[in-house]
Amino acid sequence: MVPFLLEVSDLACRRGGRPVFEHMSFGLAAGELLALTGRNGSGKTTLLRALALLVRPVAGTIRWQGKDVAADPEAWRGRLAWLGHLEGLKGDLTVAENLEVAERLRGRTVPDRVRLLAALATFDLSALADRPVRTLSAGQRRRAALARVVLSDAPVWLLDEPLNALDAPAQAGFRAALGKHLAAGGLAVAATHAELGLAGARALTLGSRE
Amino acid sequence: MADLHFLASPARFRRLSQRVLPSLALATVLMLAFGLYLALIQSPPDYQQGDTVRIMFVHVPSAWLAMAGYGLLAALGASLLIWRHPLAALMARASAPVGAGFCAVCLLTGALWGRPMWGAYWVWDARLTSMLLLFFLYLGHIALSRAYDEPERGDRAAAILALVGVINLPIIKFSVDWWNTLHQPASVARLGGPSIHPSILVPLLWMAATLFLLFVLLVLLRTDTEIDRRRLENAEVQS
Amino acid sequence: MSGFAGLVARDLRLVWRRPGDVAVVLAFFVVATILFPLGIGPEANVLARIAAGVLWCAALFAALLSLDRLFAADHEDGTLDLLLLAPWPLELAALAKCCAHWIVTGLPLAALAPVLGVTFGLEPRVLWALAATLLVGTPTLSLIGGLAAALTLGARKSGALLALLALPLCVPTLIFGAGAVESLATGGDFGAHIAILAALALVALATTPWAIAAALRQAGE
Repeated sequence: MVPFLLEVSDLACRRGGRPVFEHMSFGLAAGELLALTGRNGSGKTTLLRALALLVRPVAGTIRWQGKDVAADPEAWRGRLAWLGHLEGLKGDLTVAENLEVAERLRGRTVPDRVRLLAALATFDLSALADRPVRTLSAGQRRRAALARVVLSDAPVWLLDEPLNALDAPAQAGFRAALGKHLAAGGLAVAATHAELGLAGARALTLGSRE
Repeated sequence: MADLHFLASPARFRRLSQRVLPSLALATVLMLAFGLYLALIQSPPDYQQGDTVRIMFVHVPSAWLAMAGYGLLAALGASLLIWRHPLAALMARASAPVGAGFCAVCLLTGALWGRPMWGAYWVWDARLTSMLLLFFLYLGHIALSRAYDEPERGDRAAAILALVGVINLPIIKFSVDWWNTLHQPASVARLGGPSIHPSILVPLLWMAATLFLLFVLLVLLRTDTEIDRRRLENAEVQS
Repeated sequence: MSGFAGLVARDLRLVWRRPGDVAVVLAFFVVATILFPLGIGPEANVLARIAAGVLWCAALFAALLSLDRLFAADHEDGTLDLLLLAPWPLELAALAKCCAHWIVTGLPLAALAPVLGVTFGLEPRVLWALAATLLVGTPTLSLIGGLAAALTLGARKSGALLALLALPLCVPTLIFGAGAVESLATGGDFGAHIAILAALALVALATTPWAIAAALRQAGE
């Protein structure tokens, strides 16, 4: 049996006084991808935010290598790369500046130009590196945010609708990047409507409550 | 807050408050009747101020309760943020307007008392100014707790504000006192002091106890209402 | 700390890209101050008497006016999540945001106030004192205002609410800031006033980052 790196047991979250989900349990080993599916309002985003410790669950634990992540939240946050439904990019900064700032906020040194351009190249953004983000299209912004995830070298990716606004070539680029991340032993949890199109993805369907 | 811990569940609070409320209401009414007799009839008029001194029997306890009420808000805020007591949020929501009400009563009676004493409805007296700022702190708390579509967010934001407010309250009091001595050296008659006569002290303390009961009664009643309201809202969301 | 410096640098760069936002705040400060002589009349001794209070109040309003975007902008574009997810204390991030705010509003306000003081007929010595009090006092305004901004994040009608929350808490700073300048004229102890202003700033420094961080975490939920 493969040991789980990330283990979620009996997690429960409430929102506005009503339970979003309860008794949520799953485990992920190195190189595994968990695709969260379910209708709108079924709690995909809440689960992602709970995994990132942005939402405080009412019950349950999240363990990384057997240790409760709530015991050392900063170390846990250091292992995460986040893509929310908002891109988290500053319109007045260029694509490259946005990625540099994000790396510094993660407590790391400013990445050198080569690494940065390599991450941007994954999503075919090299030519746009020095363009202000406000001049980009929705799809280009999404790609820039994904490039930030790639650049972070974080072992755990938490992605909310990563395929939103991406065209076919960008989706292929995303799959390649995700595949590489998983092959290197990383984990990913992605909330998605669409098929991620990656072999071996585990699926978790969140039920909608009546 | 050990006793609050016991009451942490709204349902249990509900059962207890239903049992206590009728006798509490009766006690408040009886005490108020006797207190008004003491304050308005039995106690002697002041040799300088005459009958206007009787305003004090409402004014001073209101000031005490307004300050204690903010302390209560801070304690409830702490128990909401630290232990996430669901009842603390509802109780804070219920008690903030009551505290603000006592604060307003204190300010209004202060103005009415100020007219015969100082010849003006409003004088920038240090105590009154501090009370006015406390009133604004209350208003901020009430407005913040009701400013969100999700009531839980308002509860928690207001809890943080109450804690910050209670730290700042002594600082505000100190700076207003400083400001007052700079700008108005000793123009205002000081109330109380060590030599307060028992004929005034007894009705004062009696009225303080009565208004305290009234405060508790109003907070319990309003907390009950808040519990109902929250249940109703959640029921609507779920259906 | 790399993250702290990075965040301050980011906010300063964002302001640099849009200098108009700061210019508007400073313009408001000037206009609000100038209204007082127009409303009260140009009597030199009256104006000199009220100058410190007027300039301090106007600085307070100007600082608050610029605060409602402090966290709201980060909230709207999702960068607030990146701050919440940073692997270092959120309290430091809160402090970095307030620090950047002070650099782009508190500092210019302190620099501009003596210039406006001239129009109120203040003596040079009083002008310096005015700048000094604003320099020591405006960090408190940025911290308390930052707290109000964090508390009202995502609230309805957040602008007016922010002012309602912050103003009572700013009263001590206002009293000692304006009082310090006035103490020069009345022969009071200027040093004591400045010391208390600094103490108020330290109290704010010690308490508000925790409260701001707590408020931001609530907003993230």
